[in-house]
Amino acid sequence: MKEITITTHKMASAHAAGWHIWGWEIPVYLFLGGLTAGILVLAAVMILRNKGKEYPVATNRVILLAPIFISFGMLALFLDLTHKLYVWRFYTSFQVTSVMSWGSWILLLVYPVNILMILATLEEGYPKLYGWIKEKSVSIGGGRLEGIFSSLISFSKRHIKLWAKIAIPVGVGLGIYTGILLSAFGARPIWNSAILGPLFLVSGISAGAALIVLMAKGAERQYFAKIDMMLIGSELFVLFLFFVGQLTASASQQEAIRLLIDKSIMAPVFWIFVVTIGLLLPAFFEWLETRGGEIPAWLPPSLVLFGGLALRFVLVKACCLWREMSIEQLL
Amino acid sequence: MKLTKKKYAMVIDTKTCVGCGACVVACKTENEVPEGRHRDWIVEEVSGTFPNLQMEIRSERCNHCSNAPCVHACPTGASHYKKGTENLVLVDENKCTGCKACMAACPYEARFTVPEGYTSKCTFCSHRIEKKEQPACSTVCPAQAIYFGDLNNPMSAVSRLLRKRKFKTLLPEVGTKANVYYLV
Repeated sequence: MKEITITTHKMASAHAAGWHIWGWEIPVYLFLGGLTAGILVLAAVMILRNKGKEYPVATNRVILLAPIFISFGMLALFLDLTHKLYVWRFYTSFQVTSVMSWGSWILLLVYPVNILMILATLEEGYPKLYGWIKEKSVSIGGGRLEGIFSSLISFSKRHIKLWAKIAIPVGVGLGIYTGILLSAFGARPIWNSAILGPLFLVSGISAGAALIVLMAKGAERQYFAKIDMMLIGSELFVLFLFFVGQLTASASQQEAIRLLIDKSIMAPVFWIFVVTIGLLLPAFFEWLETRGGEIPAWLPPSLVLFGGLALRFVLVKACCLWREMSIEQLL
Repeated sequence: MKLTKKKYAMVIDTKTCVGCGACVVACKTENEVPEGRHRDWIVEEVSGTFPNLQMEIRSERCNHCSNAPCVHACPTGASHYKKGTENLVLVDENKCTGCKACMAACPYEARFTVPEGYTSKCTFCSHRIEKKEQPACSTVCPAQAIYFGDLNNPMSAVSRLLRKRKFKTLLPEVGTKANVYYLV
């Protein structure tokens, strides 16, 4: 028998203030970051392969949404900070050993690359918006503003392949980092697996592909539905490796992963919402569609997006749960 | 002569600690720790099968690790080793964003956020060390179970105790190289 009693207050859950670590903000950010990474990588690949005519949404249109998603993600991150006025401190230093520091600088790289890609594809992707901006720039700032706008556009267009080449490592970096952010904590055995990096990257690219499927029509939709099916397959495989890794690691990791197998409410949540609804069902629907089945077009990609968000919620929440449970054992 | 950095350590005798909680109260008063938060706490661990039971009482706090995961995880450098020491972990509240990466990184759950938003924890009473005084918890201990000193000085009380007695640290398997030692 071993019983541990804490006779004076430890910093423990309901028994103490200031104990909370991460709530809903972090999974939302991790999802939006992954989605942005997926959009960047897929759009860059399509630009490099000159697929503007064949796949207009993926090449020229979807990229406009990336800065919106990442900005909402960063807003969620900001909401999570408890010492908000000091947020600028992220950008007064670079800490080599801190994944979060790497992430904050990667986020700063994402914006310019993203905006240059938007400028380079705006005319083809959103001709009406492009025309409107051009017209407004003439009416507001006269020829000078219009001149700046046109030269920015032509500069971006001239080097479009270069932006795409930069966007791929930046996107992959962003996607992997969202996973490593969780995995780099030896104190949290359920996260302590570097395979979360590839897992979140594949899941992010899959979410990006799902978004393109939602927006596209005809041949493009079918093409990306197929790509998404392959990505879902890869994600299931990486998820399997995550379980193998955790189940064969140290005792604390074996115990922690059982939260997702049989030890907590997170187990049914994980298998129903992440694996079944978020991965297996959309893969099945997309497969049915290739066989000529009638499935509402919005359904499979929506499920994929939902699954991506659910995966991050489950992982973040499972760790909080593990923390509470290990403290409850102590009390 | 080369000046060596201080390696501050606390040695806590589980054989004499009675778990009275004076260290907890002294810390709260000395450091004006906000309501609901504690920088140190008492743990009683009972093991064995009745009637052969054993009890160990520990006064626990931040372990001021030589390989501190909170310092490595901090994105802004707010969590840092105090200058001139190998292991005294402090938080610079003017650099802390309240991202809580350090709290996620600490296997001892020694950190918390204060109402102002930044994270806080035991400092080994750094302000008292500067005045050549002992940490508050150590000075009030009625059982004289808490020793504090520099492990890089072989003549310090902590060095001598660790040479003489059997000891353990908490969660050695996480590789933090904790510097709060428990005599067993």
